[in-house]
Amino acid sequence: MTDTALPGTIPTATTRPLIAGADHPIVAFCGRLLREKPLGAIGGVIFVVFLFCGLFADVLAPYAANETNMAARLQAPSLSHWLGTDHLGRDLLSRVLIGAQLSMMVGFLAAGLATVVSIVLGLLSGYLGGKVDMAIQRVVDAWMIFPDLLLLIVVVSIVGSGMPQIVIVLGLLYGIGGSRIVRGGVLTVRETMYTHAAQSMGARTLYILWYHILPNVMPVVIVLFTTRVGAAILAEAGLSFLGLGVPPPAPTWGGMLSGDGRTYMYMAPWLAIAPGVCLTLVVFSVNIFGDALRDLLDPRMRGSR
Amino acid sequence: MSESAVAQAATAAADPAAGDPLLQVDDLKVHFPVTEGLLKRQVGTIKAVDGVSFKLARGETFSLVGESGCGKSTTALAVLRMQTVTAGRILFEGVDVTHHSAARMRPIRRRMQMVYQDPFGSLNPRMKVSAIIGEPLVIHGLAGDREAHRARIRELMALVGLLPDMADRYPHEFSGGQRQRIGIARSLALDPSLLVCDEPVSALDVSIQAQVVNLMMDLQRRLGLTYLFIAHDLSVVRHISNRVAVMYLGRIVEIADRDVLFNAPKHPYTEALLAAVPVANPEIEANRAQQIIKGEVPSVRNPPSGCHFHPRCVHAMPRCRVESPALRPRDDGRLIACHLYD
Repeated sequence: MTDTALPGTIPTATTRPLIAGADHPIVAFCGRLLREKPLGAIGGVIFVVFLFCGLFADVLAPYAANETNMAARLQAPSLSHWLGTDHLGRDLLSRVLIGAQLSMMVGFLAAGLATVVSIVLGLLSGYLGGKVDMAIQRVVDAWMIFPDLLLLIVVVSIVGSGMPQIVIVLGLLYGIGGSRIVRGGVLTVRETMYTHAAQSMGARTLYILWYHILPNVMPVVIVLFTTRVGAAILAEAGLSFLGLGVPPPAPTWGGMLSGDGRTYMYMAPWLAIAPGVCLTLVVFSVNIFGDALRDLLDPRMRGSR
Repeated sequence: MSESAVAQAATAAADPAAGDPLLQVDDLKVHFPVTEGLLKRQVGTIKAVDGVSFKLARGETFSLVGESGCGKSTTALAVLRMQTVTAGRILFEGVDVTHHSAARMRPIRRRMQMVYQDPFGSLNPRMKVSAIIGEPLVIHGLAGDREAHRARIRELMALVGLLPDMADRYPHEFSGGQRQRIGIARSLALDPSLLVCDEPVSALDVSIQAQVVNLMMDLQRRLGLTYLFIAHDLSVVRHISNRVAVMYLGRIVEIADRDVLFNAPKHPYTEALLAAVPVANPEIEANRAQQIIKGEVPSVRNPPSGCHFHPRCVHAMPRCRVESPALRPRDDGRLIACHLYD
């Protein structure tokens, strides 16, 4: 957690930036990502491409996602339908793109909620300690007994399927589990001398949490967020595959795999291949990107592969 | 001179802060419970600080010295109310702050600040130097408008010998000595009267130590600061202090003016401690009488009976084993806790 250079070393001053503005921390960080973790950089690029597709799916999609065309059913990939069509003649490329939008929304919203929950619980539990910590941690213990998917299925079967409940349940699930990791980081930062200094100056608890603890557990939080995006996308696909996810006709990747994909697997294999490949690529890329971030943000890993 | 006048003169010398002390610590005790097992059954007590009393006059440097684990840092933390006090009293600027709540301590914390030992750990690596130095002002809502705040930060940086263009850099870009200057600038931001310095130079190179110590002495003269200086390096202590207190296992064994203490240590532990300082001249070093302390520092958890120092003391008497000596004034102005001088 300490970003310290050894005495006598001149940090980064020896490698002068070639481009103007290259000494900006974010630019410098991207440079390090490319140099030290090329695979992670590839993962990052793939993920950004999917993010871009999701954001602009409405513009990019050549057809409306639910526009049927009975004359062009189960067509193989062609120039007019790059990824082919399904049994109702819907354009698969458009559906995969809109599906990316749904997946990204679920992924980011659930991971975002999870991160907020993790931060709040982790900060309170780790910084306040004592009885507060005890109480929060026992609740977390109890919560973590339940398998994720089981809890999801129970909730969805009670309140019905739909994106808001999936996001909330996934967010709470990952958030409560992840609070352990944030708490661990907080415990380290809480004992640092700069935290002690702020306390001795008379800083209030909220001030210390916001200006000293949170910035120094951010590396942990960033990694937590990226891995949870992938996990949430996969969980949503799993639910949709089981018919408990975002209800049809919304084009979700999981739904495409279980519906047409399975039924017409031998006649039209592209129906399963397209969403399957997308799902694999997104989750794979976000995970290796998250791994690379974790390694790069850990000062102990500086300079090593 | 009558006997009472001598005694009075003696107390005055031992206690120059008698009139209006900035800080007065009376019989301070900080005990930690030792617990065992799942049910946290208390099986013992660590008496980290066990009945420490001293006073600080305004503008002086008062040093606490002793081996690691003797309770000097715990005393400093208790003075700042960063450590729960078991018993005793802490008076700061005439106000008993021993039992102040966190909210009531807030305005008082402006007047007492701390300088830390570790110049690498005591600065938040994610804050710029200007933010670090200005932080106490922000915390106490005294930052004022942007321009005034920046001007104050520049002023503080100049005060400790930092260049204004360093304001937008991060702590890891600085050397240990510069970082310690940043820490000192931060502690001065609120115009405190008391600086508690916990080993402020022991993490620095020897050549840098002198610079920082001289800076601190210079600041003391210019700003009228009072230092409670915690250290184990006796040469630094001799350079900076007005008065020195020697601690051993949670108790003060001797308090005296610097020159009195260093020229003629009286308590056997002080003698041994000073004798342990190597002399730079190898001829003198080879021939001088070495008084080596026997044995190890006993465990704080289970200190010896009577005078804590008796198992290692060359002058130990039967009485030392049973009776703990009180810290009493001597006619040359010092305070000693030793049966030899009763």
